Amino acid sequence: MNTEIKDSIEVTKPPIASIGIIGWLRKNLFSSWSNTILTLLGIYILYSIIPSFISWAFIDASFVGSTKQECSKEGACWIFIKENLKLIFYGLYPSEELWRINSMYFVLLVCGIYILIPNLKYKGWVGSFLLILFPILSVVMFSGGFGLETVETRLWGGLFLTLVIAGVGIVLSLPIGVMLALGRRSKLPVVSLLSTIFIEIWRGVPLITVLFMASNMFPLFMPEGVNFDKLIRALIGVMFFSAAYLAEVVRGGLQAMPKGQYEAAQAMGLSYWRMMALVILPQSLKMVIPAIIGSFIAIFKDTTLVLVIGLFDFLGIIQFVGTNPDWLGFSHEGYVFAAVIFWIFCFGMSRYSQNLEKKLDTGR
Amino acid sequence: MTTELMIEMNNVHKWFGDLHVLNDVNLKVNKSEKIVICGPSGSGKSTLIRCINRLEEHQRGEIIVEGTELTNDSRSIERIRGEVGMVFQQFNLFPHLSILDNVTLAPIWVRKTPKAQAIDKAMEYLKRVQIDDQAYKYPSQLSGGQQQRAAIARALCMEPRIMLFDEPTSALDPEMIKEVLDVMVGLAEGGMTMIVVTHEMGFAKEVADKIIFMDEGQIVEAKSPDDFFNNPESERTKMFLSQIL
Ligand SMILES: Nc1ncnc2c1ncn2[C@@H]1O[C@H](COP(=O)(O)OP(=O)(O)OP(=O)(O)O)[C@@H](O)[C@H]1O
Ligand SMILES: [Mg+2]
Repeated sequence: MNTEIKDSIEVTKPPIASIGIIGWLRKNLFSSWSNTILTLLGIYILYSIIPSFISWAFIDASFVGSTKQECSKEGACWIFIKENLKLIFYGLYPSEELWRINSMYFVLLVCGIYILIPNLKYKGWVGSFLLILFPILSVVMFSGGFGLETVETRLWGGLFLTLVIAGVGIVLSLPIGVMLALGRRSKLPVVSLLSTIFIEIWRGVPLITVLFMASNMFPLFMPEGVNFDKLIRALIGVMFFSAAYLAEVVRGGLQAMPKGQYEAAQAMGLSYWRMMALVILPQSLKMVIPAIIGSFIAIFKDTTLVLVIGLFDFLGIIQFVGTNPDWLGFSHEGYVFAAVIFWIFCFGMSRYSQNLEKKLDTGR
Repeated sequence: MTTELMIEMNNVHKWFGDLHVLNDVNLKVNKSEKIVICGPSGSGKSTLIRCINRLEEHQRGEIIVEGTELTNDSRSIERIRGEVGMVFQQFNLFPHLSILDNVTLAPIWVRKTPKAQAIDKAMEYLKRVQIDDQAYKYPSQLSGGQQQRAAIARALCMEPRIMLFDEPTSALDPEMIKEVLDVMVGLAEGGMTMIVVTHEMGFAKEVADKIIFMDEGQIVEAKSPDDFFNNPESERTKMFLSQIL
């Protein structure tokens, strides 16, 4: 009896047409008449766009040279990007001081790679270094002091500025967001009310308004003579804005926690903060990783709005060099380049989020 | 042996909104005493034992645990919770931590036991409930019975002087109930002070010094197992017994 069953299992394999490439094509692209038509239409559209894009971006494009005149009329003029690369990456940061930025990039890269490699020791230390010492070191390195020449923030720009704003926004907004979420759920009415008001005010205002206020209105409220750096004001604006969004994301995670987890933690005598730090937050943050990374990606892209207050971030500077008389008419190349770089960063974050989720999955 | 009073509840009342969940509850538990609480659903059994470690607040009367009266003082509440272990119907293990980390969490963070020492002790208790071979797994990888035994080990690791059990076997498949009850019997034989909400009458007969029957927030009957099963006084107890026996 048993052997018979076993045999029959071994014999029946799925028919060829339902597996492999053919099976996949059939199931996903040609399963009905309407799907077949949509598939063919899709192929036609791709066919008419992709080849012409490829010839514009690569085949007919100009890569060598240093002036506008050396560019072909048909293809993309990547010389434009190449010649303005320093501006696009660093803004007006003085050339002889660029090593300061580059060495911090290098440190960040090394630490980042170290953390991404599985099964290495001392990751906690590297992580704490990145979160605590690295930002402090960055402030000194980027703006000067301790023997380094001062570089005013109005000279900061390009991708560097984008990374500074997004980095500060991301790193500081998460802990603030967590505190706001805990505050909103607090049993103390005052704490809960203040957190709620704070969150709702920031969420109710578009970021562009926040930035305008930070740049134009904030100085009006300050006593005369007191003046904050414009970049710092923008950073504070971005930070609170994204903290308010994260707070709601985190609150969603907190609400999804079963009551039994709180009770078990309390029953063993953990104090409120230990319970939150050791039991509740690790689980609820894990649950909302996709939404948290989604917020981070949104902040990263929203940094482009700082242009409206006269800060030249990555995209802003690309637009700016496009208005340089020497390089008029190359904004397409600039936008494509910007899109590619933005995509690389955002896709990287998205992948990281997926890895993290998989790594932290311990079942329910 | 001199008797030492571990828990004292005097005229305790509790309401959930308008619902009178505990109605003038009086209870004394001596050291090493085993109390089994039973009664119909919604009679306030869980609420009663949850008041003992202040997962619920009582509104009138007094509860004294090991000489300390339960008030809003969070310090003394945390201290008492360190002395009182609790095991839940749904286990409530922490799913993001391995079994070993579940068990060492409170000793390390509440008792400030050095990590290595906490791990040694944890392994000892895991061995006692016979799941030391599962120490590095996550709760989701264990059967219900194993999870509940891990939860018991987690509570024992704090070396509590009192253990509270809230229907520890109700969420288990029948074949796993015995393995958990065996652990509890062993614990009782070791002299632990225990309050157990359960409908396992076999366990009650074997282990309990006193069986308490609750109904509508009141303690209706409190007797030794012999008296409880053979000479119940109240009609409600008789009816309850006829239903479950
Ligand atoms: N947090 C709460 N808020 C409002 N009412 C509650 C709450 N917890 C329990 N109750 C109510 O209090 C009463 C007693 O509940 P309790 O959980 O103590 O009963 P129980 O005897 O443990 O019942 P069971 O055998 O079903 O576990 C029930 O009527 C229940 O609906
Ligand atoms: Mg109950």
